[in-house]
Amino acid sequence: MVTPTRKKDRIDALAASSGESDAGVSLAASAWRTLRRSPVFLTGATIITLFVLISLLSPWLAPQDTAEPMLIDQVVKARNEIPPPQPGHLLGGDLQGRDFFSRLLVGSQQTLIVGVLATLIGLAGGLTLGTLAGALGGWVDTVVMRLVDVMLSLPSLLLAFSISAMFARPNQYTVIVAVAVVQIPVFARLLRGSMLAQRSSDHVLAATALGVKPGAIVFRHMLPNSLGPVIVQSTLVLATAIIDAAALSFLGLGNPDDRVPEWGQMLGDVQNVFDTHPQLAFWPAGCIIVVALGFTLMGETLREALDPKSRR
Amino acid sequence: MLRYTIRRLIQLVGVVLVLSLLLFAWLRALPGGPVSALLGERATPESREALTKQLGLDQPIFVQYVKFLGRALSGDFGVSTGVQPGDSAMEIFLQRFPATIELSFLAIVIAVALGIPLGYLAAKRRGGWFDNLSVAGSLIGVAVPVFFLAYVLKDVLSAALGLPTQGRQDAIGATRVTGFFVVDGVITQEWDAALNALEHLILPAIALSTIPFAVVFRITRAAVLDVLNEDFVRTAESKGLTSPVIRRRHVLRNAMLPVVTTIGLQTGALLAGAVLTEKVFSLPGVGQALAIGFERRDYPVLLLLIIMATVVYVVVNLLVDLSYAFIDPRIRTR
Repeated sequence: MVTPTRKKDRIDALAASSGESDAGVSLAASAWRTLRRSPVFLTGATIITLFVLISLLSPWLAPQDTAEPMLIDQVVKARNEIPPPQPGHLLGGDLQGRDFFSRLLVGSQQTLIVGVLATLIGLAGGLTLGTLAGALGGWVDTVVMRLVDVMLSLPSLLLAFSISAMFARPNQYTVIVAVAVVQIPVFARLLRGSMLAQRSSDHVLAATALGVKPGAIVFRHMLPNSLGPVIVQSTLVLATAIIDAAALSFLGLGNPDDRVPEWGQMLGDVQNVFDTHPQLAFWPAGCIIVVALGFTLMGETLREALDPKSRR
Repeated sequence: MLRYTIRRLIQLVGVVLVLSLLLFAWLRALPGGPVSALLGERATPESREALTKQLGLDQPIFVQYVKFLGRALSGDFGVSTGVQPGDSAMEIFLQRFPATIELSFLAIVIAVALGIPLGYLAAKRRGGWFDNLSVAGSLIGVAVPVFFLAYVLKDVLSAALGLPTQGRQDAIGATRVTGFFVVDGVITQEWDAALNALEHLILPAIALSTIPFAVVFRITRAAVLDVLNEDFVRTAESKGLTSPVIRRRHVLRNAMLPVVTTIGLQTGALLAGAVLTEKVFSLPGVGQALAIGFERRDYPVLLLLIIMATVVYVVVNLLVDLSYAFIDPRIRTR
């Protein structure tokens, strides 16, 4: 009864929690029963619902245009002053004289896109590699898993930095790719572990005995049973993707085009005026912290609820 | 034990080889490349061709890789083009490595010194206000971007405490003995220099320690909770052992295994975090070199530093695995 800590083992433990369910109540139903009454999960879910709603509605919610410097005449030419809050501009302007409040609202949209796309790409890559390795076994498994081990032996944020640096002209998509690739080995290991655990399980044996084709066994019987851990991991990745994107911007590896705002970029781009205009950093940082916390709260409570060991 | 160590070291060589091959292929696939970097955009085709030949870039990639490996074995990883133009990459690494070690070591000491006791207390008072508060704090700690926290510490705390905010440029230098600034000050008994170096380190180390602290705290808490439910703890209690003895001999000793593993794994987070904190505080460490290298696309330096980061990470975790046998004699390392 020791808590797994090694990255590999943690992923494997999560993978092992897939598939099994008690008689009568399905795992999903019992997890939902626990989650519905968990204040921690509900807090996270509320934060994320608000975040998603704001980001979807932000084009209509934002009072001002985000790309046009509307307050430019009030920006002192020395470039070291920003327009103060005033009617119609709740939080004043940014360094370019653009409405800061509107940029924060619209920034939620790009932030959501970065998080979701990075997670989906990481998931798609990991799902493919992990399923191949776990379902086929043999040399495919060996090759894929050795590659995954090499990727896991590099500190993850460092890997994201390196991938980013390889693009001559960084943009929105290079950021997403860099953040996503780091997640591929994690998802791959997760899926492979889950596949291996199920290969010898009764429901797969039954399906084989009934003459179900191997492909159908993998896609209809094994993959659906791996969904629990995959959902947990995805929720946690949504949080890290947003934080990692901010770190990339901070290192000058982010999207240089700031007409369409994104929180991580807004935070990374103001590093040189931190001491004189802290509010330009505090708002996007606060938004990132709250949203990352929301995803983490949901992910951690989901993990506990879906873990068969913790069920009573 | 010896065989196990040797096998792990051979695995490390494999990882480094594969990684260097991947990084090498990636460098060659980059747009631009060293020729444009050295000659600029307006070079004549003839001079470009001459330099390409001189650098050996006209040869097949695997020939280039083998040659690179040969040079790398003798410590030649190429010359920096952006971090400290003209210096060799190895020189830059050796110069900056002690600073990062010092910073990371202080950060991990802070994380462990706070994380283990707080994690133990939280587990003992599970569900109480202290437990809830510290779990919430650890979750927030992971959600805060490291470089943002570093800036907050630098701009808010440093002014309040009167601590220096810039690297070592204004530090009172001790006589160099080991290259470690604090250690040098202590060895040569130049106490003001040691103190000055420590003052420069404390805020970056605090910023760097937040994520390892949060992780060590949560793992300690979870491990102690696991152990507290074990029969041997109940037995120890029922035979009337005092609580300090139970804590030390039964609970903490058994809970330490996952905690020590976590500390090893945090080396990775520390290295990545050092890239961010050293940049904020302009500390002349490996992390700062990496940050500048990324910004200015200094590929020889990036290649060496990333490989070294991986080597350090893997070696630290090998040491952690070897330490298991000392912590828990039941474990026989195969």
